[in-house]
Amino acid sequence: MERLRRTMMFVPASNASMLRDARLYKPDSIMFDLEDSVSLKEKDSARFLVYEAVRNIDYGNIELLVRINSLDKGGVEDIRAMVRAGVDAIRLPKTETAQDVLDVEEVIEKAEMECGREVGSTKIMAAIEGPLGVLNAYSIATSSKRLIGIALGSEDYVTAMKTRRYADRNSEEIFFARSMIVNAARAAGIAALDTVFSDIDNDDALRKETEFIKQLGFDGKSVIHPRQIPIVNSVFTPTEKEIENAKAVIYAIEEAEAKGSGVIALNGKMIDKPIVERAERILMLAEAAGLYSRKERD
Amino acid sequence: MEKLEIKKQAIAGSLESSDCQILIDKNPDGGIEIELKSNVEKQFGRRIREVVESTLKHFGIEDAKVVVQDKGALDWTIKARVVTAIHRAAEIKENIDWQVVDSWNA
Amino acid sequence: MAINKVGRKIPDEYANKYGVFQGEFARRDSYTRAAGKVVAVHPGESKLLGSIREAIEKVGLKDGMTISFHHHFREGDAVLNMVMEEIAKMGIKNLTIAPSSIANVHAPLIEHIKNGVVSNITCSGLRDNLGAAVSRGIMENPVIIRSHGGRVRAIESGELHIDVAFIGAPSSDEYGNVNGSSGKAPCGSLGYAMVDAKYADKVVIITDNLVPYPNVPISIPQTLVDYVVKVDSIGDPDGIAKGATRFTKNPKELLIAENAAKVIVNSPYFKDGFSFQTGSGGSTLAVTRFLKKYMEERGIKASFALGGITQQMCDMLEEGLIGTILDTQTFDKRSIESIRNNPKHYEIDAGFYANPGNKGAAVNNLDVVVLSALEVDLDFNVNVITGSDGVIRGASGGHCDTAAAAKLTIICTPIVRGRIPTIVDRVNTVVTPGESIDVVVTEIGIAVNPKRKDLIEAFKDIDVPQYTIEELKEEAYKIVGTPDPIEYTDRVVALIQYRDGSIIDVVYQVKE
Repeated sequence: MERLRRTMMFVPASNASMLRDARLYKPDSIMFDLEDSVSLKEKDSARFLVYEAVRNIDYGNIELLVRINSLDKGGVEDIRAMVRAGVDAIRLPKTETAQDVLDVEEVIEKAEMECGREVGSTKIMAAIEGPLGVLNAYSIATSSKRLIGIALGSEDYVTAMKTRRYADRNSEEIFFARSMIVNAARAAGIAALDTVFSDIDNDDALRKETEFIKQLGFDGKSVIHPRQIPIVNSVFTPTEKEIENAKAVIYAIEEAEAKGSGVIALNGKMIDKPIVERAERILMLAEAAGLYSRKERD
Repeated sequence: MEKLEIKKQAIAGSLESSDCQILIDKNPDGGIEIELKSNVEKQFGRRIREVVESTLKHFGIEDAKVVVQDKGALDWTIKARVVTAIHRAAEIKENIDWQVVDSWNA
Repeated sequence: MAINKVGRKIPDEYANKYGVFQGEFARRDSYTRAAGKVVAVHPGESKLLGSIREAIEKVGLKDGMTISFHHHFREGDAVLNMVMEEIAKMGIKNLTIAPSSIANVHAPLIEHIKNGVVSNITCSGLRDNLGAAVSRGIMENPVIIRSHGGRVRAIESGELHIDVAFIGAPSSDEYGNVNGSSGKAPCGSLGYAMVDAKYADKVVIITDNLVPYPNVPISIPQTLVDYVVKVDSIGDPDGIAKGATRFTKNPKELLIAENAAKVIVNSPYFKDGFSFQTGSGGSTLAVTRFLKKYMEERGIKASFALGGITQQMCDMLEEGLIGTILDTQTFDKRSIESIRNNPKHYEIDAGFYANPGNKGAAVNNLDVVVLSALEVDLDFNVNVITGSDGVIRGASGGHCDTAAAAKLTIICTPIVRGRIPTIVDRVNTVVTPGESIDVVVTEIGIAVNPKRKDLIEAFKDIDVPQYTIEELKEEAYKIVGTPDPIEYTDRVVALIQYRDGSIIDVVYQVKE
């Protein structure tokens, strides 16, 4: 079962205080940013700082990703450091083509061999931030076995599209990009992550946007402030009814397996694999929200 | 492991909360001299100096003048800032020997 | 050396004079109330004086006397500095000053101490500058730190005698009827000053707002007042009362506050008619933000709130979520408006608030109190007066008073502040003993005092991670490392007097 990625918290790599405290807010993933939030002069110090943070802080079950600089702007050194540090995945900014992913994969493999890390253990997430990348979403999504997900970066995208983010409308300006990305991700069987929401104080608008992207099928959203985490989580928290239905599906499956029967039905409907997977997913979300305990099953 | 050499003065880090600023320079008099300003001098002054000194020695640096302005940085932050300052002072920009950086993170 | 119940060594000199701490309620006071001297005022005699100097002369202030001030003006106070400056100019020396507390703005006291004007201090706390100076040893005699309730007990029992009380008043008439809720620099409740007015031999009112006689409402009546002095300004109105008190936005503090609220609502005390007191900022105030939601959801109203009052309480009073507010100190403008206009927002003096020696203070009726801490140790002892470097920088306040009496005492604290661990093996200074503390709430989870088996049971299924206090300390030390112990000399710079008069700890001079 693919892990939860409801919230991916951006943490600027040069901020020692945030590196320390990020885990307290329990995002599903943390993304250390060596790219846009670090000035050119400080790329080296940010790299060393995140390196030491990852090696010394216990982040528990939180997935750790690092947004590297592009390969020609320090990304190679970023990868060497972060693979060795032990992050779960490298996030590649501004991915335009499948080749971009393959180029990064090559550097990662070399780094894994260099430091003795199991080859293939470092995953990749590709951020799509421009019109070409959006059009190439499927080929990007299927470019590498290491690719665990694709994400939308809307700021650069809207600039390239010669428009902007409209705070007071329904984000039609990025609807196509969102659709392409979630569609490609699902066709490729990987995760789809939505873009950041920058108005930190507007809880209602964040909730509304999150409900929309959940509807589209996204797994989660990037967040830039701890207070956004409970809001996004609550949108992804299943309702009581959804939880009850999911439990019923799972019990039906387990009962059928115990009896050895092949076809399972619940309330007159056949339960096939997608339904089971959806039920498992709902229980996983419910458990993360503290509304369900696997112990109940025993 | 190649010993690093301080070629010029270098600074790394910041004065933000939980961070520290490290200034490193040659020491013509020899040895490692550390000047420390910290709001946790009494509780962690000794430990901070220890971390700075052992990081320097780890890179083969026996002579250096270091000025530390600490704002409550944890050991790993101090180490990262010292490592950065050392690399800047030694003018090393690529092909970092990560094995050395890593080898004493137990 | 005597050892008290929290394991602290108290030098014989102080142990013999005051006794050592033997337990929250080891002593039951029984005393005859002390009284201030009275000299009659005849008809036609005016109390109005032209200057502070004239007041000092008229009250007959001499070397070695004890004078007092209140701290309702907080960092906006001008009165203490004005009076002390005049006293210094007049060449008076060796005074004991007994302000209810001291703010950073009172740093000029350092000079007065150096010049011999002040040779003894008793108060609830010393802030950064003065605290650091005292910790470095500028005073010959140790400062006596008393809690709010303890100060009143000392005054009322006669242990602390005030010769002259200088009382800053936002509003007074010529005959000395005083209140704190009107004028250009109002402060709300005058809870601490009301006590001094009752027990001092001479009472001088210093006001920047002289109003026609009779000034009502009356917090301090004319019958207690000797002289009234009008000055241009008693202080900075914005330093006296905040424009607005806002809930913190700091995510860590909010996390702690949310955890604390969960503790309260899962406790046996969260039912209709309960009472509570919170802090005035940070996570200890933000608890109210979350608690309010639970109260609304479950239809639970509080019978009263106590404090230390900010506008959040006043809002809840207006909304019917709190029945009555008992107010001994008012922090912001909206709360001052409330105490002025709402009869259910009631002024109480510091003795009513917390004196352990009287026939029952308000804290005795308190269900829940939320407090902060500089340090908490493995015995749940709390330090609110010295930093982790051993230097005096805080105040005892009402901490040990509320903690002792409340049914559920909650400490809200992060496990570390910067590189300073707050959960430690042994606090530098004990102000509140562990037996008073029930739950420590941090951003990573809570620790329940093992003595409270009933709470441990009640929190079985609580949606907050639970730790032992040892585990919390380990987490803190894991992050920052193990701190080196602070080195002191053997010179005592402050005595921490528990609310019952016994000595619970002493503070030594920090070694440079």
